[in-house]
Amino acid sequence: MAITPFAAMIRKDLQLFFSDRRAVVLTFAVPIAIASFFGSIFSGARTSREAAKIPIVLVDHDESAVSRGIVAATAADKTFTTRPASEDEARDLVRRGTATVGVVIPKGFGDAAGRAFFAGGAKPELQLLYDPSHGMELSMVRGILTQHVMESVSREVFGGPGGRKFVDEALASLDRSGTPPELRQRLRDMLTAVQGFYSEQDKTPGAAARGPAITMPYSVREEAMTARTNVQYNGYAHSFAGMGIQFLLFAAANLGMEVLLERQRGLWKRLRSAPVSKLTLLGGKTASIAIVALMTLLVSFAFAMVVFGVRIQGSAIGFLAVSLSCALMAATFGLLIAALGRTPAATRGVTTFAILIMVMLGGAWVPTFIFPAWLQQLTLIVPARWAVDGLDAMTWRGIGLSGAVAPTLVLLGFAALFGAIAAVRFRWEEA
Amino acid sequence: MLEVRHLRKAFGSLVAVDDVSFALERGRLLGLLGPNGAGKTTTVSMMAGLLTPDRGDVLVAGQPLAGDTNPLKRSIGLVPQDLALYDELSARDNLRFFGALYDLSGAVLDTRIASALELVELADRARDRVKTFSGGMKRRLNLAAGLLHDPDILLLDEPTVGVDPQSRNAIFENLEQLKRRGKTLLYTTHYMEEVERLADRIVVIDRGKVIADDTLDGLQARVPAAVGGGRVTLETVFLTLTGRSLRD
Repeated sequence: MAITPFAAMIRKDLQLFFSDRRAVVLTFAVPIAIASFFGSIFSGARTSREAAKIPIVLVDHDESAVSRGIVAATAADKTFTTRPASEDEARDLVRRGTATVGVVIPKGFGDAAGRAFFAGGAKPELQLLYDPSHGMELSMVRGILTQHVMESVSREVFGGPGGRKFVDEALASLDRSGTPPELRQRLRDMLTAVQGFYSEQDKTPGAAARGPAITMPYSVREEAMTARTNVQYNGYAHSFAGMGIQFLLFAAANLGMEVLLERQRGLWKRLRSAPVSKLTLLGGKTASIAIVALMTLLVSFAFAMVVFGVRIQGSAIGFLAVSLSCALMAATFGLLIAALGRTPAATRGVTTFAILIMVMLGGAWVPTFIFPAWLQQLTLIVPARWAVDGLDAMTWRGIGLSGAVAPTLVLLGFAALFGAIAAVRFRWEEA
Repeated sequence: MLEVRHLRKAFGSLVAVDDVSFALERGRLLGLLGPNGAGKTTTVSMMAGLLTPDRGDVLVAGQPLAGDTNPLKRSIGLVPQDLALYDELSARDNLRFFGALYDLSGAVLDTRIASALELVELADRARDRVKTFSGGMKRRLNLAAGLLHDPDILLLDEPTVGVDPQSRNAIFENLEQLKRRGKTLLYTTHYMEEVERLADRIVVIDRGKVIADDTLDGLQARVPAAVGGGRVTLETVFLTLTGRSLRD
């Protein structure tokens, strides 16, 4: 390969790139702005922040000890922000999206729940009014509410006045039940023992308030698995990886489309009339696109490091290897556009769509774990997925060089594939 | 100096050039004329190495011109019909890039750039971006880009399209100067008066075939004299040879 023409191709493309201020701003500033926005939403920054709370409204038609207990426990839960409301008000707030879930405790809920606790029978219904656009939050509310309801009902059953009434009623109705005599006797013994327990409580001042209740039989200690102990997750690392790759692909695609413009303007006639090999022409173009792509990624990460404290917690060499292979993949993608595209206008729309799909499936916008399982597997054929995973591994996950090997090799594989298709399909003849 | 022999090129079922042969002599300008779609640009493209002929040869000093990196390509300069320039770069940066494609660098390249800009009278605009140039200035720079590597043969495909009379005259003077320096020129155009002024020999091509290859005098002799005994114009000769039907 002749060095002088090769170097001239690179220099010319870089001169053209930097002469277009709009392209420079789009390439460097826009990914930084968008990644900063996504990062602030998804993560948090260097300091730990409280997660966003789920707004719920509570409608207590019952106003029993049980329902008041549920309302109090729910209000004290750090997952929620709560407000009391009438049922009509609750429906309106959820419909408007001001509240995510409305919890309606019907009249007689406490009594019915207590009876159902001991004797089975009809279970009362707790109504959840929910915003259908917040399906995931509904599941969380349902789970946490189960805990608070069980605690409140069991506390009342084992220690409150309602509980004594439930036990007395259960004893009175025992003979009318169809329970076999032997079992009936054992149940009578148990309920009588519970009555005795209540009598003892009455003799001890304050004991009823501390009465037993069914509680969670375990506690949870949460530990975020980041690079090292005491190193907090920095969501900006992921958002800058995602947006960096998105705009690196856009930059590469634009330079690929420049080839179509050069062809349209007759510039490739000059290039082809010179004694320069196809390898030099394609190599020079690939190198210049790769340099711009690499700059896009590195400038984005440099900003994230300085402003948001993103760190390469894994291997710096691995980070560079993933970045470089990603830039090469993007460069050959640009070349592919140059080879397959007919006119810049016709190619631009298709290319934008392809890039957006690629980065969306690659987890650049939202993490891939929210995708269905089949889609998570499918995204392994998307190069952006490997790029994002590789950069995540080298930044906040803090995985060593070994974590960069697979993404690097796969990205180089994609680069080879795109480059080969581009070389075969490139139109060399200039009429 | 440059010879084409039995060139043929088809695009699908369309035969654009069919058995075209002619030769260019050193220090002479050959005018290649033809109606739209006659095959002029396809012929020039094959001569410049942009298209591979289906049949036939392009010979430079008796050697076949084939292959991307053939050193014979250095003896050919192309001035394409399009304004093949980077608008966002300066005139100097454009020429620096095109010169580097011919492996020129350093002081040699600087000298060639200065000389080419001097010839086309753009030396004072060397640092200005091409997008600030008029159409005529761009045409002259287009010519300069084809001359940078000092080729013996210059292929000019309609180099005066859309320029004002002053710029056109300047280009003619440039070409006459190049001819005096011994350069071999091939010139395609639709403007008959340009060929009348510049060409030593004229090839007329139509529907992909050469229908005349002669001097201006020889072509004029093929058509009966005009009323009053004056010589017919080249345009009359051209229309006689190619017909008056429209070729859109």
